[in-house]
Amino acid sequence: MALQSLDIKQRSATTTPAPQARQTIEIAKLIDVSACIGCKACQVACMEWNDVRDEVGSCVGVYDNPVDLTENSWTVMRYSEVEQNGKLEWLIRKDGCMHCTDPGCLKACPAPGAIIQYANGIVDFHQENCIGCGYCVTGCPFNVPRISKKDSKAYKCTLCSDRVAVNQAPACAKACPTGAIQFGSKEDMKDYAEKRIADLKERGYDKAGLYDPAGVGGTHVMYVLHHADKPDLYSGLPVNPSISPLVALWKGAAKPLATLALAGVALGSLFHYVMKGPNEVSKEMEAEVEKEDAP
Amino acid sequence: MIRDPKDLQRYDAGERANHWVVGISFILLALSGLAFFHPAFFPLTQLFGGGTWARILHPYIGVLMAFFFVLLFLRFYRLNRMTDADREWLSRAKEMIDGDDHNMPEAGKYNGGQKMMFWWMTICMVLMTVSGIFIWKAQFNVPVDLARFGAVVHAAVGAIMIALIMVHVYAAIWTKGTIRAMWYGTVTRAWAKQHHRAWYRQMTGK
Ligand code: HEM
Ligand code: SF4
Ligand code: SF4
Repeated sequence: MALQSLDIKQRSATTTPAPQARQTIEIAKLIDVSACIGCKACQVACMEWNDVRDEVGSCVGVYDNPVDLTENSWTVMRYSEVEQNGKLEWLIRKDGCMHCTDPGCLKACPAPGAIIQYANGIVDFHQENCIGCGYCVTGCPFNVPRISKKDSKAYKCTLCSDRVAVNQAPACAKACPTGAIQFGSKEDMKDYAEKRIADLKERGYDKAGLYDPAGVGGTHVMYVLHHADKPDLYSGLPVNPSISPLVALWKGAAKPLATLALAGVALGSLFHYVMKGPNEVSKEMEAEVEKEDAP
Repeated sequence: MIRDPKDLQRYDAGERANHWVVGISFILLALSGLAFFHPAFFPLTQLFGGGTWARILHPYIGVLMAFFFVLLFLRFYRLNRMTDADREWLSRAKEMIDGDDHNMPEAGKYNGGQKMMFWWMTICMVLMTVSGIFIWKAQFNVPVDLARFGAVVHAAVGAIMIALIMVHVYAAIWTKGTIRAMWYGTVTRAWAKQHHRAWYRQMTGK
């Protein structure tokens, strides 16, 4: 890749090592849920920068709109009303791709180069290589990728890889009016989060913490949560996400072994023929039958 | 078009055509399926016009094959009921593989190994069809855990099935005079007497 900021770390369905001489720092987006007011400026900025427009739906009675991620809505705000410590709390979470360090989507994808993980941590879908099989949906522990009904390609948040490549923050981070979306190196984001968490703890949220789940090797979209002990309060954010054991089994060592076994059966057959010879009708049998059939 | 009037009819035209439809579909399914199975096989998608076409075509070919396999099953399942003689045959299969069939028990139209193959294929077909539907994203949207389970089953059973079919095809190549049964339906009397004696007697009354 000519652009150092877009050096590739991992590529779907590719078994040889990626170029790795150059070292880039990992970036991250930090979403401070406690500072989000649910205004959806980020949703709008995402649509605008990426030139995607979802169909105008109808109000379902709550603020969630659109109600789910789609191929055109790569981020949606999810609103949940929960009772904590005898008080009503309105928890608002910006949902979208987490840009996992160990991405289940990339692991599952059968098409070479349809899913790319850059050295900076961004996981990007390259639709020109996508065959539309939906395996990424099966592989993702966060239920993020969506297959377009129009072109059968998979889409999701790119973390504005095109902007990040030229040293710009993602569109959503730029648009957020409260500073709830921060962007920078992963280290800096963790430091920033620590301050936010200390502040929240001071204000009585003694379970405040960072969501950077180790089960997927950490993520490049992280949350500051007031209730880090109960991520599922936030519209079902997984408590301990990891690549499903079924996906690990499906994409693990079994396949190369099965391939060897198939080669073994093919070669075994060949050598059986070469060593034992064909199973022909014996001359005796032919003579015997000829005699029997003689009029 | 029987070459020798004494030859024995083993398959009629309908049976042969049915078997070929299933066989061709299977080869196309195996080639396109392997392409998604492991990156080493991805270039096989070129045989189908690229990755996206392979992805689109594979499940439809699967439906075609499943339909024709049901017909094949209905034609042949009665002939594939296991008997004690078949079990005896299976327990001695090693001798057969060693190339010595002198002491093998008499086989009817099918020997124990062929019958086992028939039932294994039937089980695999059912598993492949059901799991294939679970992972057919373009047509069905099943809960993600079911899709994950389906993917494991489809990949595992697919590999087993390809291995079984390689054995099936090899057995036909190994046993000379067999392939013609699938081309034009007949086998020689000597072939029948050597390999399927009980069937030979039933057909000839000898
Ligand atoms: C009987 C009906 C079948 C259906 C409905 C079906 C459907 C599917 C679907 C939907 C996929 C995912 C790729 C895609 O979307 O095209 C797939 C993958 C696959 N199919 Fe099938 N299929 C069938 C039969 C078979 C058979 C007979 C084979 C055997 C050799 C086979 C081998 C495979 C393999 C190896 C994969 C890749 C699995 C993986 O990703 O690990 N399929 N099939
Ligand atoms: S959240 Fe899902 S789509 Fe995003 S990188 Fe992780 S596995 Fe892939
Ligand atoms: S649908 Fe997802 S898994 Fe399939 S090729 Fe496209 S990106 Fe890869």
